[in-house]
Formats: sequence, structure tokens, C-alpha cells
Amino acid sequence: MSAIARIGTDAAPPPTRRGKGLVPYLLLLPGLLWLVVFFVVPMLTLLSQSLQTGSIDTGYTMTWHWQTYTDAFSLYWPQFLRSFIYAFVATALALLIGYPLAYTIAFKSGRWKGVLLVLVIAPFFTSFLLRTLAWQTILSSNGIVVKFFNATGLMNVLQALNVVNGDQLLSTPFAVMAGLTYNFLPFMVLPLFASLDRIDPRLLEAGADLYGRPFTAFRKVTWPLSMPGVVAGTLLTFIPAAGDYINSKLLGNPNTTMIGQVIDGQFLRVLDYPTAAALSFTLMVTILVLVSVYVWRAGTEELV
Amino acid sequence: MSDPGAAPGREGTAQDGDVRIVQVTKRFGAFTAVDDLTLTIPQGSFFALLGPSGCGKTTTLRMVAGLEDPTVGQIFIGDKDITGTKPYRRPVNTVFQNYALFPHLDIFENVAFGLRRRKEGDVKRRVEEALELVELGHLARRKPSQLSGGQQQRVALARAIVNRPTVLLLDEPLGALDLKLRRQMQIELKRIQTEVGITFVHVTHDQEEAMTMADTIAVMNAGRVEQMGHPGDLYENPATTFAANFLGQSNLILAEISGTAGEDILLSVAGQRIALPRSRAHATSTLKLLVGVRPEKIRIAAEGLGGEASGMNVLTGGVVSDTSFTGVSTQYLVRMPWGQEIMVFAQNVGAELLRPGTKVELSWVPAHTFGLDASQDANAGVDLGGEEPASAVGVSS
Amino acid sequence: MATVTSAPPTRQATPPAKRPRKGPITWVREHIIAIVAALVFVYMLLPNVIVILFSFNKPAGRYNYEWVTFSFDAWLHPCAPPGMCTAVGLSLKIGLLATLVATILGTMIAFSLARYRFRGRAATNLLIFMPMATPEVVMGSSLLTLFVNMAFPLGTTTILIAHIMFSISFVVVTVKARIAGLDPRLEQAAMDLYANERQTFMKITLPLVAPGIAAGALLAFSLSFDDYIITNFNASSSSITFPMFVWGAASKGTPVQINVIGTVMFLISFLIVGLGQFIAWRRRPKD
Repeated sequence: MSAIARIGTDAAPPPTRRGKGLVPYLLLLPGLLWLVVFFVVPMLTLLSQSLQTGSIDTGYTMTWHWQTYTDAFSLYWPQFLRSFIYAFVATALALLIGYPLAYTIAFKSGRWKGVLLVLVIAPFFTSFLLRTLAWQTILSSNGIVVKFFNATGLMNVLQALNVVNGDQLLSTPFAVMAGLTYNFLPFMVLPLFASLDRIDPRLLEAGADLYGRPFTAFRKVTWPLSMPGVVAGTLLTFIPAAGDYINSKLLGNPNTTMIGQVIDGQFLRVLDYPTAAALSFTLMVTILVLVSVYVWRAGTEELV
Repeated sequence: MSDPGAAPGREGTAQDGDVRIVQVTKRFGAFTAVDDLTLTIPQGSFFALLGPSGCGKTTTLRMVAGLEDPTVGQIFIGDKDITGTKPYRRPVNTVFQNYALFPHLDIFENVAFGLRRRKEGDVKRRVEEALELVELGHLARRKPSQLSGGQQQRVALARAIVNRPTVLLLDEPLGALDLKLRRQMQIELKRIQTEVGITFVHVTHDQEEAMTMADTIAVMNAGRVEQMGHPGDLYENPATTFAANFLGQSNLILAEISGTAGEDILLSVAGQRIALPRSRAHATSTLKLLVGVRPEKIRIAAEGLGGEASGMNVLTGGVVSDTSFTGVSTQYLVRMPWGQEIMVFAQNVGAELLRPGTKVELSWVPAHTFGLDASQDANAGVDLGGEEPASAVGVSS
Repeated sequence: MATVTSAPPTRQATPPAKRPRKGPITWVREHIIAIVAALVFVYMLLPNVIVILFSFNKPAGRYNYEWVTFSFDAWLHPCAPPGMCTAVGLSLKIGLLATLVATILGTMIAFSLARYRFRGRAATNLLIFMPMATPEVVMGSSLLTLFVNMAFPLGTTTILIAHIMFSISFVVVTVKARIAGLDPRLEQAAMDLYANERQTFMKITLPLVAPGIAAGALLAFSLSFDDYIITNFNASSSSITFPMFVWGAASKGTPVQINVIGTVMFLISFLIVGLGQFIAWRRRPKD
């Protein structure tokens, strides 16, 4: 992260108490132990499972069967690709939609800032399954949205993009991506807001002063300063979106299957554990790569 | 040269309740905040630690409070070594710069906090007494966020005083107040200290504040005490260039020693003669000294009209380069033949203003002169006292 | 000094420049950002509204997707669908337990990170971050492989373990932010006023950090109650939580009562958060 991104943001001062012997470690121990045992170790068992052969009935043995990975990948690479594309689109849309929202709350909300923030997390107050089901109602063929899209010609645009089925919005890629965007929007907005909120407003004034057009000021001052939030929001949106399958199942059709559905199916119905584990682990590795790039550029202090 | 950290008149005797800081050094990693500091704070006095930001005064205060540990050295109260004692076992209380009032407790409970921790009796009466002392009895049930800055500061004071500590530490307590309120509080604090008789150690960067309130001032710079003494002594007879420039303003003129005359040292500046009483020379050079004189001590008159007053130090050949009338006084900048600009404050007694370009003669009483070590930086302390710098240019002769 | 030799030229009286009338287009352009924000809020909250609305529906068939007619039926018979209230009960039970454990563990970690320098900070930060960034599919499936390989029976316990695992990080983030916002001089003032370390913690630190801990706990509970994917991987047929019930219903028939539960949860959450905001508003500095 460039130095300029830090100017005007109140980076938290580092803690000052010397590690008084064991205290910090004792405090960390139970929680970290839990995470190690139930997060890290499972990842290792996942890897190990993916390299085993056998079946649920005959039991599994470790055979270092790397073939599983190539088999799984050659079978399911379309779903992988689709998942990443959908996640990418959803993330881009979330950024596009979420940035103005975060900006408004950070700078233009005055007294209502607290209320607006509550409204941002208010969707979470209802089970997200129920909310996604609600989208079935909203996007149904008798609903207003379809009628609106037809009337304004947006439907034609979407048809040209090949994301809808004729005049139907439900059970289409469009619905899946709209659902993904919707579900993960708060994950984009909140880090964006946190980042924007920390910018010293005087920097923005200086920018407005220096650059004649508001867009130039935004491009040169606001946007770079909000980068930490953009990156955090992107990570927290893209990653869960890539692995999601609820939206695809409820709002899509068999052609919109995402990798999450495949993994779920393989584990719980087909019971092909090695393949399922291989797919799951591959997804995890991809995510790890992304996070590593981020950590390498920005360090770990602002992660948590 | 006398030990700058010794309490005047008390060298060698540790009084009961004196705070003694003995060869204390505090390092934060590679940075030395306090450098081999030795200081005695007399019991019952109003003592000021004065210096610019970063000079180590707050760090010193925090070490007395126990909130920081010295890297090297010891701290005593009376005969008791408190260097390793935890803050909650020291008979010391602090008034913090940002007041640090507990936001979730009301004023009464804030003030009562220390009493309750020590399980002292009669809490209600003592809290009310302390609040009366700072004239806030009627606000006992409010929360800190509902009070103004000045009121919060007084609560912080009451919260500390109610415990009757041996030493009360104040860390720039008036910094956040506006001018009028600050002046008011300066008088209040002085009054309270006199009434209660506790040792007050007041840390500030405002030299006016220190001079108004303190019995004794220690001027600190870069982790060390430059000079310590009564405000008047410090002001009239500074021993270092830093002290001379930080407290008020000074003109420092590089001069060559040319001889002696009785109790005076004679110096020469561009051929002109200046007398310096030996007792006011703070260096033992045989070649050069920085001659100092404060701007308000200098009399300015148009050349030829001054009248030769015998026994005065006189500098001729100066030309007025700037005149600023401020109402109370007129501030002149006078360019001398050797290039240096001397600042003169002439009190407004109705004399006619001297316009820039006028040739003038400067004179002052020799007893107002002080002499400093010429190897010191003549600009030390300039611009740090929060005022316009006077001229402090060392001139190579 | 120049002297004035001629009278200054008289100024022509110019009429004040006509202010351009602000048309509706200009108004839109100036408020474009706020307008977009408002639209986004509609987009975000519309499904919630639908859920609440459709709890008052009386559908014709097995599914609750189309509005038929207004009715209180579902509200009057909230536990009518078989197994639903059991599922809600299980979700509540797991939620409360998971919240308790995750809050304690997470708060401890938060204090450690916020107050101490120690070796291994970077690794700790990374370990805390990963569960928040890992797809649920991966976390759920990896836990499944662990339990299967250990021959540990799936059920309520495994669900609980999983829920605690993914909640810890969120508690850490929330509490740590609150601790970081705490002025360390308050604790120094307490020690200066004769409070030892334990008293300082109990009387000053903990009360001031409490809102953060409460927020973390609330977050943990919401995450637990609402979780489907991870739960599904680690459950058995005898441990059905509410989200699992809803999922099953989505393919078999959605009773209106699930909307009732959803609405109740919404109202409770709203009340709690609203209460928190109200308390904060009451405590604001009075000008």
C-alpha cells in the first residue's frame, strides 16, 4: 500500500505494552487452539482426503493419488470458471453500487450516519435463505421487475448479453448474479465505509481546491485514499461469492451450476469424497493465493 | 558551575517529602527522552518543568507517577526509593493533559474513585469538599461528557487533590483551554496550591504560564535540565542560550574579551566597549563570550540626542530597519554595523516613533547584561517559546 | 504617492446577473450520489420487506411465492408446520451456546492483539482472518472430512463446533476495534488513583469495552442462527436447524410460518440494535 494511502487515515497506533511474559500467549491459547484444530487441521485432512482412494463402504487409503485432481479439474473446470466469472461480476457490481452508498454514508449523511449504518446491516436481520427465496417472488414472471425490464428495453440488453431465458428473469444467470451481488453487498459497503470514514475531510477539500473537475479530484485524492477499503471489500465479497451455491440453486438453473454446488453434491450425495475434497481444496488454494498477494502488499495488521 | 538541578539553598539535605530524581535516563529504543537527569523538587513548592515539546518533561512526570519506568536511575520521595513501586502504591496523583475522566462514571464517582480504592472513610464529605474547592459542587451527578472543557479540567484536579497526595503532578492541564479561562485557572491553581500546601509539579511549554505560577522553574531541553531557579532569576540572568531564548526574548551578541575593570569584564564588539558584571558571566572563556541583553532593557534614541550617560553600555552606528507600533510598546529592529539586527522594545510613554532609516544609539545598564558561552548555538530555543524570535545571530568578528 | 487628479469614472449601473433557474436536471445531478444511495437501500431492503409482507399471505398452493390474500393465519398458528419449531429451538440452543464460547474466546484474543506486542502477531492475524475469507463450502467440507476421518458422529455437537469456529474471528474484529478505541490514559488514570491491575480491568476497562463485546456476541449469534452451508455439511438427519428446514422446504413446499419466524427475528434484531443506538444517543455529550 502506498504511503499516500496512509496520509489522512488514522492508522491505529501499535500497542505499547511489552509482552509481559506469558500473558498475551495465555489469552490467545484457547481461541487459537480452537481455530487450529477446527480450521487448519481440517484443511490438512481435506488435502489428505483428496489424495486417498476408496469409497465410503470399503474405507479409504492414502495412495497419493494426484490423478484425482486432474480428473476432477477436467470434469468440472466449466463450473470453476463460471463461479469465478459470476463472483467477479458480482464483486464489480457490488463495488459499483456499494461505493456511492459508502460515500454517502461517510460524507453526506450528517446526523443520520448511525441510522444508515444500521440500515446497511438490517438485511442480515432476516435469514438469508428467506431473503434469497424472496428474490424468487421479486423476479417472478408476474412481478413488477420483469414488467419494468420489458417496458424499458433492459430485457433486450440482457438478452443480448445472453444472461436471461427469453422474457424470464428467474432461473437465469442474471438472477444468480443479481442474487450474489445482493447477498454480499454489505460485505463490500462496510469495509469501504470504514476506509472512507477515516479519511481526513480536509484532504478532500484540498483536492477539490486543486483539481477543477470533481471527477479529477475523486480520481486523484478520494479513490487512492479509499484503496484499503476497496481491497478489503473486494476480498470479502469475491471469495465467499466464488464458493456460494445457494443463489445458484435457488435462482438459477442446471446450466448455472457453480463449483460450490458440485462440491456439495459430491460430498453429500455422490459420496465421492476424494473428488469432492480435491475440488474443495483447489478452491481453497485459489483463495489463498489471492489473500497472499494482498498480505504481501499490505501486511497483516489491517486484516483483523 | 553550580549543579543546575539542585534546589536553591537546599544542596545536600533531603527534606521529608522532597522529590528527588537521581541520574535518571529514559530510553525508548534508540531514542533518549530523558538524559541523565538529576533534579530535586522542594516539598510544598509550586514547581514548573518548562520546555518545548519533545524535551522530556512529560516523560519525567510520568516516571514520577510510575506510569513509565526509568531505564537507569532512581526516584525518591523524601528518603523512600519509589523507583520500582507501582503507580497505585505511590503517594502521587496526576492531572492528565486530556483530563482522562472516566466516561461511564458521574462526576461524584470520578472524584471518589481514589478514595474508594483505598477504602477510605467519609467519602461523601471529602468529595463534596473537593468539588467545592474547584467550585463544581452543583454538578456532582453529571457525566463528564456533559461538562465543558474548563469544568472537566477542574474535576480532574478535584479527583487528584481529594486524595491528599504528597505530590500532585499536572501534565499541561491548561493546554486545551481558551486564553481567558487559562488565565483564570492559573490563578485558581496557584491559590489552591497555597491553600492546600501540596507539592505541585506542573509541566508546560508555555513560559508565561510557568513564570506566573511557579516558585521554581526547571528549563528542560533534549532530556536535560538547562537551568533551574526562581522565575525572576531565570529570566534576568539566564545561563544558557536556550534559556535566554526560550524564556522571553534575548539579543545575543558575539564579543571579544578585552580586559577587566574591577568587578566587570570588558568586551569589545566591532570596536565598541561593553561592560559585563563578572557574576553574570556564565562561561569562563578568555577569548569570546555571547553578550546578552533583553530588548526591553535597551534604551533607544536618535544619534546625538541620547546624551552620554556615564556607566551605561552604549552601542552606536545602528540604523532602524523596522518599526512596529503595538500600542503598549514599539518594537524596533536596529541593524548594527556588523550586520546583526538588535530588537528593542520601547514602552509607550509618548516618545516620538523613530522611523526606519534613522541612525540611533542603543544604551542599557551594565547590570542588565549577561554573558553566555560563545560555543553554544545562539539560536537554541528560538521559535520554541511560542513568540516572535528576537535577533540571535552569532557574528564572526 | 500618487495624487488623485481626476474624478473616478462613474460606474455604469449594471443589472444583477440573472441566476439560472435550477431545473430538475440540475437538482438530480447535484444529488446524484444521494439518489443512487437511496436506490441501493431499496435494493438491499426489498427482500426483507417481501419476507415480512408474505408472512401475512395465504397462499393457494404449497409455495409462498405469489400474493393471494391477506391473512393472520400463519401468525396465529406459528408452529403448525411439522418439525419447524423444533428446528427453531435447536437453532436457538446452538446459537446461544456458540455465542457464549465464541465471545469468550474471541474477547481473549482481542485483548491479546490489542494490548500486547508479541512474536507471532502476523501469523495470528492471518489465522484470525482466514475463516472470514474462506468460502463456507470449503470450511464446511473440510470439517466434514475431519469428523469422518476421526469417526466422530455428526450431529448437534459437530454443528456447535463449526459455529464456534467461524464466529471467533468476527468477535475478535468487533471487540478489538472497541479496545483500540479505548484511551489507554483512562487505565493509567485508574492506576494513578490507586487501582491495581485487577481493579482497573474490572472497574474501567471491562465496562468501557462491554458494548464491543455485546456487539460481537450479537454478530456471533446472527451468524450462527443464519448459517446453512457449514451446518448442512456437519449435521445429521436428526439435527435439523432452522436454515436447514427452510432449505428443505424450498423444494418441498414453503410454509408461510417460515416468514413469520423470519419477521420475528428481524424485529428482535432491529429492537436490539435500536436499543443500542438509543443508549448511545442518550449518552451523547450535551452541547
